[in-house]
Amino acid sequence: MKKKHWYDYLWIWSIIYFALGFFNILFAWLGLIDFILPLVLAIFGGNKFFCNHLCGRSQLFTVLGKNLKCSRNKPTPKWMSSKWFRYGFLIFFLTMFASMLYQTYLVFGGAGSLKEAVKLFWSIKVPWGWAYTVRPASDWVAQFAFGFYSLMLTSALIGLIVMVLFKPRSWCSFCPMGSMTQLICKFKQRGGSPEISEE
Amino acid sequence: MASKRFAKADRRRCVSCGACENECPKDAVKVWRGCYAVVNEARCVGCGKCEKVCPAGCIEMRLREDGESAK
Ligand code: SF4
Ligand code: SF4
Ligand code: SF4
Repeated sequence: MKKKHWYDYLWIWSIIYFALGFFNILFAWLGLIDFILPLVLAIFGGNKFFCNHLCGRSQLFTVLGKNLKCSRNKPTPKWMSSKWFRYGFLIFFLTMFASMLYQTYLVFGGAGSLKEAVKLFWSIKVPWGWAYTVRPASDWVAQFAFGFYSLMLTSALIGLIVMVLFKPRSWCSFCPMGSMTQLICKFKQRGGSPEISEE
Repeated sequence: MASKRFAKADRRRCVSCGACENECPKDAVKVWRGCYAVVNEARCVGCGKCEKVCPAGCIEMRLREDGESAK
C-alpha cells in the first residue's frame, strides 16, 4: 500500500466544486484555480505535478472507475491519445474558452445580456437561474461563472463517459489542460532527456 | 533477483498524466519533468500495474533479455 498524502483526497474537492454550482453559480470562479495552478507549475516548475498529484478530477475518475469499478477498463481507442486529436481538441477547447470570454466581455460592455443558463456540450442549454438568486455581483461576473461552469461540467461529463467506456483516466489522454502543460514542459526541456541530465 | 518482465513506456505517445507513477508499488516509474514516463528497469518488478492503468496505452511489458532471470 502506498503512503497517502493530503493531496490524495483532492477528489473530494472536485465533488464540492460541482455541488457548489448548484447553490450559487458564482462559486464557479473557484475553478480558475484548476486552470491557473497547472500552468504556473508547468511554466515555473517545469513539471506536471498538478496532473501527477493535485488534479481532483483525475482522482475522482480513479475513485469511481477503479475503486468503485464503474469503468469497463478497456483500452482507450488509439486515436483518442493521438497527437492530432489531442492538439485538435486543445485548439477547439481554447476557441470555446475564448468565445466564453467574449460573451463575458459583451455583457461587461452592455452589448449583451446575462444568460442564466449552463450550456452542456456547447449546445444544450440548461436553465440554471435557480442557482443565482443571491446576486451580489455585476452581470459580467455572473456571465463568466455560467460560462466557466458550463465548460467544467461539459468536460467532466465527457471524462465520465470515457471513464465508463474505457479506462478510469481515459480523459487524461486528451485533456486540454494535460496537453497544454505537457507542451510547456517539453518546450522547457527541448533537447534534454533523462539520459543526459542526471536523475 | 530481477523479475522476468519489465515495463517500457513509449515516450512519443505518453501524455505524462502520471497514472502509472501513482500506481507503481515500487516507485519504479516516474514522469520525467512533465514530459513523459521513464521506467527504472532495475527497480521494476514487472507487476504490470502501470500498463493496466495507462490511459494512453503506451506501456508495454517486455521480457528481460539479460538471461539473469530466465529459468
Ligand atoms: S490530464 Fe487533465 S484530468 Fe488528467 S490529471 Fe491532468 S489536468 Fe487532470
Ligand atoms: S511493472 Fe509494476 S513495478 Fe514495473 S514500473 Fe510498472 S507498476 Fe512499477
Ligand atoms: S500512465 Fe501512460 S500516459 Fe500516463 S504518464 Fe504513465 S506512461 Fe505516460
